[in-house]
Amino acid sequence: MAKREIGDVILDVENISLRFGGVNALSDISFDVREHEVRAIIGPNGAGKSSMLNCINGVYQPQEGQISFRGNTFKHMNSRQVAEMGIARTFQNLALFKGMSVIDNIMTGRNLRIKSNIFLQALRIGPAEREESEHREYVEQIIDFLEIQAHRKTPVGQLPYGLQKRVDLGRALAMEPQVLLLDEPMAGMNMEEKQDMSRFILDVNEEFGSTIVLIEHDMGVVMDISDRVVVLDYGKKIGDGTPEEVRANEDVISAYLGTSH
Amino acid sequence: MQQTFPGLLVAHAAQRPDAPAMREKAYGIWQTLSWSDLAAMVADLAGALHEAGLRRGEHVVVIGSNRPRLYATMLAAQSLGVTPVPLYQDAAGAECVFPINNADIRFAIVEDQEQVDKMLEIRAQCPQISNIYFDNPRGMRNYEETGLASLDDLLAAGKAFSQKNPSFFADEVAKVTSSDVAAMFFTSGTTGNPKGVVHTHSSLLDRASVGARFDKLVPTDEVLAYLPPAWIGQNIFSYAQWLAVGYIVNCPESAETVTIDLKEIGPTYYFAPPRVFETLLTSVLIRMEDASTLKRALFKHFMDLAQRVGPIKMAGQSVGLMDSLQYALGDAIIYGPLRNNLGMSRVRVAYTAGEAIGPDLFTFYRSIGVNLKQLYGSTETAVFVCLQPDHQAKADTVGIPCEGVEIKVAESGEILVRSPGLLKEYYKNPEATAEVLSADGWYHTSDAGFLDSDGHLKIIDRVKDVGRIKGGAFDGSMFAPKYVENKLKFFSFIKEAVAYGDQRERVCVMVNIDFDAVGNWAERQNLPYAGYADLSQKPTVYDMIRDCVEQVNADLSRDAMLAGSQVSRFLILHKELDPDDGELTRTNKVRRGFIAEKYGVLVEALYGDKTEQFIETQVKFEDGRTGAISATLQLRDAKIFTPVQAAA
Repeated sequence: MAKREIGDVILDVENISLRFGGVNALSDISFDVREHEVRAIIGPNGAGKSSMLNCINGVYQPQEGQISFRGNTFKHMNSRQVAEMGIARTFQNLALFKGMSVIDNIMTGRNLRIKSNIFLQALRIGPAEREESEHREYVEQIIDFLEIQAHRKTPVGQLPYGLQKRVDLGRALAMEPQVLLLDEPMAGMNMEEKQDMSRFILDVNEEFGSTIVLIEHDMGVVMDISDRVVVLDYGKKIGDGTPEEVRANEDVISAYLGTSH
Repeated sequence: MQQTFPGLLVAHAAQRPDAPAMREKAYGIWQTLSWSDLAAMVADLAGALHEAGLRRGEHVVVIGSNRPRLYATMLAAQSLGVTPVPLYQDAAGAECVFPINNADIRFAIVEDQEQVDKMLEIRAQCPQISNIYFDNPRGMRNYEETGLASLDDLLAAGKAFSQKNPSFFADEVAKVTSSDVAAMFFTSGTTGNPKGVVHTHSSLLDRASVGARFDKLVPTDEVLAYLPPAWIGQNIFSYAQWLAVGYIVNCPESAETVTIDLKEIGPTYYFAPPRVFETLLTSVLIRMEDASTLKRALFKHFMDLAQRVGPIKMAGQSVGLMDSLQYALGDAIIYGPLRNNLGMSRVRVAYTAGEAIGPDLFTFYRSIGVNLKQLYGSTETAVFVCLQPDHQAKADTVGIPCEGVEIKVAESGEILVRSPGLLKEYYKNPEATAEVLSADGWYHTSDAGFLDSDGHLKIIDRVKDVGRIKGGAFDGSMFAPKYVENKLKFFSFIKEAVAYGDQRERVCVMVNIDFDAVGNWAERQNLPYAGYADLSQKPTVYDMIRDCVEQVNADLSRDAMLAGSQVSRFLILHKELDPDDGELTRTNKVRRGFIAEKYGVLVEALYGDKTEQFIETQVKFEDGRTGAISATLQLRDAKIFTPVQAAA
C-alpha cells in the first residue's frame, strides 16, 4: 500500500465567468487541481460553489474562460462528454432512483462502461452476461467499501438520508472516475454521519486514487480533510491555499464571520 | 478415541477433501472453503507463525468476529501446541490488558483496523506484544508500526515455509495430545480481574461430541456463526462441534447483515440467547400491527390455534383430526412463511441459553414448529451439562443431565457438577480454582436450583444472590432477585429490571422500559414523547408497568417459596443500562451491586416514602466522551398479594 503522492495539475480552471442575465454568478475564477489531492471549494450560501461545479461538470457553459482536463482544453462540452473523460459527481439534493435497489442504482454508474448493446443485455445472452458479471463485481466492491452490504437489495427510497448519500457516492465511484466532484457531501448530516463520510472520502482518495473536488460550507470538516482550499464569496475568489493559509486569510474570516466597519 | 482439534482437521481433509468446511459471504456471493483448502491454509499459517518465533506452550490472542481466516489461525496455533485466547471484539483496549499480560502474550491476530488500533493503544502497557497480524487490510495503508503485518503476508510466508518444510505441519500436529491445553476463555467476571478458564482438547471435544450425539448432528448440518467467538457457546457450536462433526460453518458478511444471511443460509442447527429470539419475535409482531385487517385476523386465528395445538404436537403426542387438519392449513399459510421469514425454515435443532427465556416466547417458537430447546452449562463446564430432549422441552427447566454428567444439589441449594468437560483450572490462579473445583472433582456452579420430579434441572438464581427478607410480613422468606427480574423481563415492555430486597423488609425494583416496544405502543396511543427519558416518565407508561409488576406479584404469590419476593415499589430509570457505563456485564447481565452504588439515592428513595427523586448520572458515549444526564424520577407502589396457602 503505497502512500498517495500528489501529482501534477490534472484540472485547470482559468478565468471562468458565468452570468445568468444580469447576475454575475462567477467572476474571473481561476484555480487548479492536482492529481490525487483533495481540493475543497468553500464559501457562504450563494457564493457560487455549485455553479462552479456545474461549469466543470458541463451542466453550465460559462460565458468566459476555459477549463482544461489533462491538458485538453474544453469550452463547450455537455455533461456526458465530461463524464466520458472521467469526471464523476454526486449531488447535493441526491438524484437517485428511489424505487430501485442500492445495487441497481450503483449499477447505473457503470452505464458508460457497458459495451454490449441493449438487446443483448435485455436477453442476457453471450457477452452481455459475462459483462454484467464483471460490472456487478465492481459494484460489489464498492458496496463492500462503503459498508452498505446490509442494504444491497433495499429500495433506495427506504434508506435514511445518510445512507442515500453513500449510495450517491457509490454510483459516482462506479464510473471509476479520475476526478470526483462532490456537491456538499455532508449537508444535512449529524456529527457521526459527517465523520463517517469524511472517512469514506479520505479512503476513496487513498484507495481508489481518485482526485477529489468537494464543495462544503461546513468549514470544520473541510479544513480537516482537504489538501488545498479555494474560497468563494459573491462569485469571486477571495482565498486559495492550504487550510492553514486560508484560515489565516483576513478576507475569508470577514466573509465567514463578518467584520465591524 | 483420543482426539485433538488439529487432528480432526487433518482427518476431515483426508476423508472428505472437497466437502465444504466454511462459507463466507464476500462481494455478495457465498464463497466456500473446503476441508482440504482449510487444512492447507492452516498448515501455511502454522509454518509462518513458527517461523515468526511462536513456540509451543505460548498463548496467542485472537480478536475479531467470525472470519474463516481467524478460525484458521486458531487451528494453526493449536497445531503448534500454542493456546489461542479469543477475546471479545467489542471490549475496550484497557479490558484486553489483563488477559494479554496474564498469559504473557506476544502474538496478536486481529480482524481489522479497529482491533489493531486497540492493540497499538495498549502496547505501552503490554510491551511484550511483538507481532500483530490483521485479517482485513482496509484502512491500514498508513500504519508503519513495527511488528505489524497482514494475514496475506503471513500466508505468503507460510506457503514458502511449507514448500521448504513439507513435513513440518504433520509432525507438529502429531505432537499435540488430547490432554494438552486447547483454549483459554476469559470470563467476564462481575468483580475483580477476569479469570482465564483453561480447557484441554479432550474436555472441549468430549462435550462437543456428547452434544452432537444427543441431537444427532450430521456433516451436512449448517450453522451460522454470528456470536462473539470469545464466548464459549459460540466456540462450542461453530468450532468444537464443527470439527467434531464436520458440518458447515457460515460466516455472515457483517454484523448488520445477520438477519439477511440467516434467511439465505437457512441453518439446520441454530443457537441464540433469548434476547435474539425476542428481538426477532418483536420485529414480526410490530410488522403484523401494520398489516391489513384480514392478515391480522388470519394471523391471530392461526396463532391461537398454534398456541393450543403446537406444544402438544411438539411433545410428540397426537392431536384430534380437526386440529391436525387446521394446523396443517396454518402451516401452509402462516407458520411456514413465518419460519421462512425468521430464517428458520430448515432448523432441526435450536438452542437458547445464557438467560432464562420467557414462557410465552419459548412457546411461540415451539408452537410454530421450531424445535427450540434449552440447555444448561457455563464456560467452566464446556457448555453441555443439561440438555432438553426433543419432546420434553419446558420453559422453566433446562433439561436432563447429559451423557457423562453427574449432578448433585448441595445443602446451600447450590448445584454441583461432575463431568469430563470441566475446566482444567483457572490460569495462574490456584486459589480461584480451589474455590470452584473440589478435590473429588465436583465443580461448584454457584447456581441455586433443584431437580424436579421428571429429573429436569430447574435454576432459580445465583447462590450468592439468593437473599432473605428481614422484618415485615414476609420475615425470613427467600428472596431470589434474578427470578423476579426475569419474570418482569418476560413482558415485552420491560427490557431490564434490577431487584433489591436482601436484608430489607420488602422488595423494590428499578425498571428499564424497552424503547422499541413502548415507543411503538405510545405511537398507537397517540402519546407524544421527546425521547427515552421523557417516554420513561409518562404516567401512562408507569400505569402499564405497574400492571406488569402486579401480574408478577400475583404469580409469585402462588409459589410458597417465593411469595416473599413480591415487588412492593418500583421506579422506571431514565436511561438504558449499558455495559459501557459498567451497569451491565459484556454479556448483558445486570451488575446489581454496582447499580445500587451508582444509583444510591434511588435505592434510598425506593425504601423511603418520597414520590419522586432527582438524579444526575455520568454517561459514556460510544465515541468515548462522557457527559451527564439528569432527571426527576417518579416512584410508585404496587399491590402485594396474600400468598396462596398450599392445600393442606
